[in-house]
Parts: sequence; structure tokens; C-alpha cells
Amino acid sequence: MIPSLLILIPVIAGLASLFIQNEKAAKGWALVASLATLCLAVAGACSHRVTELQADASWLPALGSRFSLSMDGMAKMLVLLNAVALPLAIGATYKNSYEKSGSFYGLLLLMQAGMMGVFLASDALLFYFFWELALIPAYFLSSKWGGEKRIQATFKFFVYTFAGSLLMLVGILYLYFKTPEHSFAIQAFYNLHLSDSEQFFAFWLFFIAFAIKIPIFPFHTWQPDAYEQSPTVVTMLLSGVMVKMGIYAVIRWLLPVFPAAVARYDHLVILLSVIGILYASLIAIRQDDMKRLIAYSSIAHLGLMAAALFAKQQVGIQGVMIQMFNHGVNVIGLWIVADAIEKQTGTRKFSQLGGLAQKAPGLAILFVIMAFANVALPLTNAFIGEFMMFNGLFRHSIWMAAIACISIILAAVYTLGMVQKVFYGNTAPATDHSVDSSLNIKLMLAILVIIIIALGVYPQPMLQLTNDTVNAVLAKIHSI
Amino acid sequence: MPIQYYIALSVCLFCIGIVGVLTRRNVIIIFMCIELMLNSVNLLLVAFSKMYNAPAFAANPASTVGIDGQLFVFFIMVVAAAEVSVGLAIIVMMYRNTHSIDVNFLNRLKN
Amino acid sequence: MNNLVYLIPLFPLAGFLINGLFRKSLNKPLIGIIGSGAILASFVVSLVLFFQVKSNGALPVEALFSFINVHDFKIDFAFQVDQLSSIFLLIITGIGFLIHVYSTSYMHDEPTEHFGRYFAYLNLFVFSMLLLVMGANFVIMFIGWEGVGLCSYLLIGFWFKNNNYNYAAKKAFVMNRIGDLGFLLAVFWLLAKVGTVNYHDVFTAESLAKLTPTDITAITLLLFVGAAGKSAQIPLYTWLPDAMAGPTPVSALIHAATMVTAGIYMIARSNVLYSLAHVTQNVIAIIGIATALLAATIALKQNDIKKVLAYSTVSQLGYMFLGLGVGAYTGAVFHVMTHAFFKALLFLGAGSVIHAAGGEQDIRKMGGLKKYMPYTHLTFLVGCIAIAGMPPFSGFFSKDEILAAAYARSPILWGLGVLGAAMTAFYMFRLYATTFLGSFRGTHDQEHHLHESPAAMTIPLVVLAFLSVIGGAVGVPEALHGHHELHHFLSPVLTTEVAPELGHSTEYGLMAVSVVLALAALLFALNKFSKKPELGEPTGFGKVLANKWYIDELYDAVIVNPLLKFADFLKNVVEKSGIDGIVNGVGRFVQYLSRQLRLLQSGQVGNYILFMVLSIVVLFLVFWNQAIILQFLQKVF
Repeated sequence: MIPSLLILIPVIAGLASLFIQNEKAAKGWALVASLATLCLAVAGACSHRVTELQADASWLPALGSRFSLSMDGMAKMLVLLNAVALPLAIGATYKNSYEKSGSFYGLLLLMQAGMMGVFLASDALLFYFFWELALIPAYFLSSKWGGEKRIQATFKFFVYTFAGSLLMLVGILYLYFKTPEHSFAIQAFYNLHLSDSEQFFAFWLFFIAFAIKIPIFPFHTWQPDAYEQSPTVVTMLLSGVMVKMGIYAVIRWLLPVFPAAVARYDHLVILLSVIGILYASLIAIRQDDMKRLIAYSSIAHLGLMAAALFAKQQVGIQGVMIQMFNHGVNVIGLWIVADAIEKQTGTRKFSQLGGLAQKAPGLAILFVIMAFANVALPLTNAFIGEFMMFNGLFRHSIWMAAIACISIILAAVYTLGMVQKVFYGNTAPATDHSVDSSLNIKLMLAILVIIIIALGVYPQPMLQLTNDTVNAVLAKIHSI
Repeated sequence: MPIQYYIALSVCLFCIGIVGVLTRRNVIIIFMCIELMLNSVNLLLVAFSKMYNAPAFAANPASTVGIDGQLFVFFIMVVAAAEVSVGLAIIVMMYRNTHSIDVNFLNRLKN
Repeated sequence: MNNLVYLIPLFPLAGFLINGLFRKSLNKPLIGIIGSGAILASFVVSLVLFFQVKSNGALPVEALFSFINVHDFKIDFAFQVDQLSSIFLLIITGIGFLIHVYSTSYMHDEPTEHFGRYFAYLNLFVFSMLLLVMGANFVIMFIGWEGVGLCSYLLIGFWFKNNNYNYAAKKAFVMNRIGDLGFLLAVFWLLAKVGTVNYHDVFTAESLAKLTPTDITAITLLLFVGAAGKSAQIPLYTWLPDAMAGPTPVSALIHAATMVTAGIYMIARSNVLYSLAHVTQNVIAIIGIATALLAATIALKQNDIKKVLAYSTVSQLGYMFLGLGVGAYTGAVFHVMTHAFFKALLFLGAGSVIHAAGGEQDIRKMGGLKKYMPYTHLTFLVGCIAIAGMPPFSGFFSKDEILAAAYARSPILWGLGVLGAAMTAFYMFRLYATTFLGSFRGTHDQEHHLHESPAAMTIPLVVLAFLSVIGGAVGVPEALHGHHELHHFLSPVLTTEVAPELGHSTEYGLMAVSVVLALAALLFALNKFSKKPELGEPTGFGKVLANKWYIDELYDAVIVNPLLKFADFLKNVVEKSGIDGIVNGVGRFVQYLSRQLRLLQSGQVGNYILFMVLSIVVLFLVFWNQAIILQFLQKVF
């Protein structure tokens, strides 16, 4: 019941919002709808009754595909992230105005619905359906309301990710024809006994799709452009939630289905991820644009998640789980600040900013906490995830872990550099007349800070939430 | 007359039609060439129809073997007539717009 | 469970939250009282616990809550108060309290909001430092470890309008992070091999049996990298002198008395591991003595009052590591304690001087301050004598213990150590003579402004001076008919300590040599600089020393700049033309192809018909010759 509602509410609210003309009404409607989804997500996360957490209906009987949704620990956590992200994003940008805001917020809600579906689907065709459903509103949002080079950037974003999705579709069909009863159900995929060569082939079809989404080096170049050019609300959802679809899909669809291929290619993937971590971190150091810096920082963090996943250690995967949530929360906070600064000063260039701490002390303090969460300082939430992920990676390969660990130094360099160039020093012409941010922004950041500290001090509930999924995945991996 | 003569004639007519369509720029002539091709086909259809029909007719005057070929001919003639009316109308419109009946002026699709 | 344990970090945390959240609505006296009161409360509790530990031994470890608990991966949020940590608790909260009191006066000119921010940071620092020493496992220690790094960052860059200060803050944090990398890897190593990070579980024979000698060497070396970062040892020491950008009480608390000694605490805590790794011990001893000497030579030629003290701190930390390297764990901890007394005293004295001179830090523009600030002068002199190692001041006993242990390991180490001690005496009295003796060399305005600092600043000075004098009493060696109570007190924790086997006569000889040499250097400096201070620009080798051996420039040229160039190369060439170039290239290739194909769509009806006819002919041929073509294809493939 709950899973269906989680998808239905944003879909219906989104479709309705397309017809709202009044800007205020559209905002209010979107906020109310997203809060309703949030309540439902919390209820779902707290619920333990199987009947509440599953839904199953006939969808395409001729193809052997059913509308089946289920909500295990990992899904609960990501649904929660998805449900938290949208109200935060809308709330923090409540004072921004978008033309045709009815369509804007409608598309946002539809995007949320698509991502919900991805996290909940337990049927491959349904999964693919939602995977694309999440992409299409994102494309329209970015190409209509984005920055100057939006057409180019969103076109690249769409074509790139869509190319990956098509490979995945081929892979899904391949597996579909391998199943004895021609079914798209996830259990049927799990029960497949593929030969090694079949796995090695199909693995890449899925992997490339997910690697583009995550993104794993060298499939990452769509990301900085898309993040930079999209309207910031969309960027929040893209980097906060949508890239988690890639990690999620690896855990749900890749590791358990192709254990032999994963065992064969894990070193390669980890190597790519570790290269990507350092590569993105180094590039982030030399960025002059706040949004691009955050984008590269995000690539580095996701690279670590990918590496820890393929290390296949209990600790590491558990770390990835909690880090998916934590990274989502943290990066949304960074985007909120980036947006607030850009709206006030009209620029994102470090060379034109400076001294904002004098003008906006409240924002500065909140941002500094965000920044330290970004460098994974202990007692912030990111530390838990990174500590566990590095641990998992270390158990797999000492050298890879040691090299990946260099990123904690580089993260300090670029993040503190950003803090310094934006907030410290003397004011620049662009920041001379800034004032402290409005209350809604500070409120949203304060909520995020509370989440950051709370999960950093006491992460145990979140860790237990995903315990079942990790055990199930590991059992599948080690079953070969 | 052996069937080969009909075939040869029909092929000749058809080729003349094709060459006409390909080489001429005057729409009316192209149109006439198309008619020529249609009629070559008609000729062939009638010839084949007769070829199959003749032996059967000899055995049984009520036989309808091969009659379908001639049916097609009528269809084609009807369609051709409809086509001519529409085509000529287009040509008239074209002439009114461009004061020419040269097909090479009709390249707006290019852009 | 002893609930008092939780109270110790709770007070500073509460102080941090109150001062941080309500800094705009509170007034300055209240902020000062809350900030200092929190630390005082912690100090009182620490004192109670200290006496409990003294009479009953270490308190039992109990978990506050389960921090991370996944499958076989368990880390508890647990505190451990034993002999070692209770000593550190007293140092941190005691000296911390004095410095808080001092700060209420020193920072009085700041606007209320920043005054509140300052005390919030300071309380947060004490909280983190307490976590560091009270944690019952390496992860909790690491939490405190990074927390103090954060506070150090925030406080060095306290005056954030000045970008030089911000760079210094960032440098401190990044260099500390390099050390943290080593620490983290050591923790991972322990977790992977032993499966636990609790001190109680790691330092047992059973756990140690799971480690090969290579493991132990690697773990101890990695931990030492962490210690070198935090405690400013070669090659990671360059942040500490720059960290003097922060307010002076911060330098006293963080960069002299407490945070920088975290590395010594960590190694002393893991002495069981270190005693099994002789390679690491040798590395530590060599790096320690090298740092001590290098920093001492640099301190000889510095003219900024705080820089001299900063290099002196680096040098003294080097001595502590020398002690750790030769197995004199008690000596190192003892030196941490006495150093905390006299170095905090010296920094606070320097702060008092800077305060009086209106922010001036260059000793060439001072001189003759003796008559303007009697208390500061007297206490500063006590500090100088203590650090120079003159008996019976505290510095003598602790330094002597380390040097004696070094002699037992290798006389060369001892010789170098004595040389460093003589240099220490020399530069400290150069500083003292240039600042307090002679006549004032600043402007008239400054001279008019000179005054003794208020009581809130002088009382901590007096207390610290008193401690600097008598602090050595807890560690009087047997050779001097003492009992060395500290040694007996710490022995349950520092189980692997080996007392040097030296005869009493040898010890007397060693003491005499070091004292006489230091005294000679002291008198020479006093004599040389009280009359004719060194005011010109240094030349020749002195210039190299004044420029700190050009180590910063070397790092920039060898590490920082190449890395930045490489990053630029990645950003501008590899990313833009390489990877993104390929991605965009695919798109551009498709566009190119379609542009070529587009030419076929000429718009000429005739062309279309021609293609149609040709295609029909081709199709016709294909179907006609299907069999032939299939045969042909089969032959080819």
C-alpha cells in the first residue's frame, strides 16, 4: 500500500500542478504534496509489516511484467532521502521565482515520482520504466529553466544517460529471455544460473548504464556541465538523489545477478573508481566556479562509494548505504548555499567573491558546518560512511585504500579553499552589499545541520535500517 | 502472337516512361511518362490474363481463370484517372504560384 | 559506572553550545564566566577523578552508547580514565582554565559577537581534546584528534578578514590531515587484522599474536605519521610556526600546551606496540632529535616573539619524541607536563607583552620592558630559566630524564640533545634580553602605551610560573634522592618502559655537562644581547636560518606547485580535450556524418526518383540472385 501511494501522490500532484497558473499556489501545492510524501515515507521507514510495504498488480501480463513494488531497508532509506530532498529544495528556494511555475513544480514532482519508482520497483521492466521517467522531467526542467548553456549541457546529459539506459534495456531483455518462464521479476533474475561468459557479457550492459549514472570515471563528464547549467533545485535532486539511483541499481541489480562477473571485474572497477576519486579531487582544487567545484567533489565522493561497493565487504557496503543518504543530505546543503550566494551576488566565481562572513554570518556558520561534513570530519554524518567505506576497501586492497585515502587530504584542500575564497578575507565589489540570507534558507540549512550532527553522533538506527539488504546482497555474492 | 512480344513492348514502354520521368523537367511530360508506365503495366496484365485465359476458355466457356488480371487493369485505370485529376490540380496550383512547370523549382523540402 | 567521567567533556560542550548559540544576546562578562566556568568545573571533576585513580587505580571502561555496530564491526563510544589520561585531563583542564581566564582580558577589545565566538571555539577545543585523551579506543581518539584540528583551524583563522591568517589556518588543517591519513590507515590496519580498536583489547598478548612484525612496524609507523602531523615533527612541522596567526592565548593553549602534545599521548598510549617495533622506535628517535635541532637553529634567528616560541615548541616536541623513541615514555609525558607549564607561561607572557605594545610582535622594536611590566618580566624570566633546563626548575628534571635515556641508547643522541639544549638556552635568553633588557626601541606612542596587564592576565602568569618552578618535584630521579612519583603512578599504563641502566655517577656527569653547557649559552646570550641587540638584517648563514632553511619554499617548489600544475593539466587538457573531448567527439562525429548524408536530400524530385529506381533495381537483383549472394556471404564470413 505505502509504496504505491509514495509514487501516486507525487504523480497526481505533479500532473495537477501542470495546470496551476498562479505562482504562489504552485509553490504551496508542491510543498504540501512533498511534505505529504515525506510523512508517508517516514511512516514507511518505521513500518515493519510486510503487507504494508509491498504492492503487486497486473501490468503487462503479455510480457510477464507485473507492477510489483517492495520496500526493504535500502529502499526505505533512499525513499526517505528522496522524500526529504524535495521539501528541502523547494523550501530553500521558496523566494526564487520561476516563470510558468506550475509546470516547473509539476515536473519536479514527476521527477520525484520517477525516482521513487526506481527505488521501489522489483520488476525489471518497471524499473526501467521509472528510470526513464525520472530522466525526462529532469531534461525538460534543465533545458527550459537552466543557465546560459543549458541546451548543450542538458542535451549531453540526456543523450549520455539515455545511451546508457538503452544498453541496460538490452541487458534486461537478454536476461528476460534467459529466464525459464520469461519474467521480469527481480526474483527470477536472482534465480538465474548464467554461465560465466554470459555474465561477463551482460555485466557490461548493466555496468555502463550505472557507471554513467553514478558516475564512475571516465563516464563523468556530463555531470559538471549538467549541474552547472541546471536550475539549482534540479541540481539538488540530480546530485542528491538521482545519482544514488546508480549506486542503488548496482546493489540491487548488478551485484546479486552477476556474482561471477563482479568477482572477475572488481579490481578493474575499483581501479577506475580510485583514479576517478583522485582525478576529480585534483580538478576540484583548480575550479573557480562554485557549482563546478561541488560537482567534482561529488564525483570524488561517489567514486569512493563505487570502490567500496565492489570491494564487497560487509562494512564497506554498509558504509555505502549510509553514505548514500549522508551524501545526499550534505550535497543538497552545499547547493542551497551556492544558490543563495549566486542569487545575492550574481556570481559563482571565487575570484569575484570574498568576505561574505562579515555580511552573512549566519549563512557562513551553517556553510562551514556543511563544508566540514563534506571533508568527513568526525561527528558529522559523512565520517561514519567514509570510515566504513575505507575500511571495506582496506580489507580488499591495502594499496587501493591508501591511495583513495589521499582524497581526504585533497578534500580538505578544495573545501577549505572554497570556504576561504567565498566567506573569508575582505569583501569584493560583488559582495559589498550582501545581506544575510533569508529565514527560509537558514531554516533549511539548520535542519540539514541537525541531520548531519545527529547522524554523525548516533548513526546506529540508520545502519540497522539497511542491515537486511546488505546481508541479502552479500549472501548472493558469496553464493557462487 | 507469342507472349514475348507483349512483354518486350511493355518493357520498352516502361523504360521510356522511366527515362522520361528521370530526364524531363516539365511536369506535364513527367506526368505523361508516369501514365505511360502505368499503361505498360496494364498492357502486360491484359496480355498475361489472356495467356492464361485462352486455354481455359477453350475447354470451358464459363471459365474465369486469369480474369483477375483484367480486373486489376480496371483498378489501375480508375486510380490513374483519380491521380490525373489530383495531379493536374497540383500542377495548376504550381503554375499559379511559380509561373513555371519545371520540377526543379520544387526543392523547398531541401531546407 | 562512574558518572563523573561523562561530566568532564559535558561541561565544555555545554559551554560551547551556550556561547555559540547565544553569543549575540549574552554580554561579555557572562560569556567569559560561562566559558571559564565550564572548564573550571571540568577541572574540579578531573581532580576528583585523579585522586580516585591514584588511590584505586584505573576506572573501569564502560560504553556510553554503541557508535558503530555492524556485524563483526563494533566501535563503542566509551571513555577510559586511567593514570595516563588523568594526568592529561589535569593538564588540559587546568591550563585550559587559566588560559580562559587570561583570554577574558586579552580578547576584551573584540566585539561581543566575536568574543562569544572565541569562547565557543575555545570550549569546543577543550571538549575535543578531552575526547582525545578520554576515548577508550582509537576511533574516539581520532574523533577528538580531528576535532582539535578543526578548532585549531577555526582559531588560527579567528580574524578571518586577513587572508594570510586564513592561509595559515588552511595549511595547519591540511598538514594535520596528512598526518590523519596515517592515523586512519593504522586504524584500518588494526581493524582488519585484530578486529578491534579498544585499547584494552588491542594491547593484549592475544591480539598482538595476530600481528606479524611487519604489521606492527607498519601500524606504528602510520600512527607516528599521524603524531608527526599533529605534533609538528619533520616533515610536517611547518604549519606550527604559521599557526601563530591566531590569538596568543590560542597559541598558548593549542599550539604549545595541549593539542600539539596529542601525538606524544598517542604513542605513549600505544607503548605496547611501539616497544615491539624497533625500526619505528629508531625512526622516532632520529626524527625527534632532528626536529629538535632543526627548529632550535631556526629559532636562533627569528625576530617575531611568537615565532621564536613556536620554533621552541617544535624543538621541545622533538625532545619528547626523542624520549618516546628511546623508550622513556614517562620522561616524554613528564616533559609534556612541564613543557605545558612553562611554554604556556611564555606564550601568555608574550601575549601580555604584545598586548602592552599595542599588537607589536617584533622584538627589535621592544626592549627595556622590565621596568614597565614587572610581573610579566619576572614570570617570563622564570619560564626562560625553566625551559633552559636550570635546576631546580621543572624543565631540568624532565629534559634530564629524556637525555639520560637517550644516552643509554646511544651517546650520539645524547650529544645532539645537549647541543640542542644549549641552543635552547641561547635563543630563549636572546629573546628575553632583547625584549625586557636594554632600552625601549619602539615609537613614543607605543612607549606611552606600555603598561602592566590587568590582573586577569597576570594571575594566570603567576600561577603558571609557580608550577614551572615546582612542577619538577613529581619526577625527581633516584639519583637525586627522589622517588619519581610520576613514574610509579604511570607504570600501570606504560608497561613496557625500560629504565636506563646507568650508574648514579654517570647520571651526575650527564647532568653536569648539560647544565654547564646550557648555563654557558645562557650567560653568553644574556651578555651579548642585553647591551647590543641584534637589529640588522641577518647575512650569510644567518639569513638561511632566518628564512627557516627555505623549507617552505622547498615544499612549494617540490610538492605544492607541481601538484597544482598537474591539476591544471588534468583540468584543462585531460578533462577538456581528453575525456570530454572523446564524449563530445562522438556527438560531433555523428553530426558530421549526418551533415554528409543530408546532401542526398537535395530536394530535387528527379534525384529522389532516380534513387528510387536504382534501389528497385538493386532490390530486384538481390532477390533474383539471393542464393548466389548468400553463397558469397557464406564464403566471406
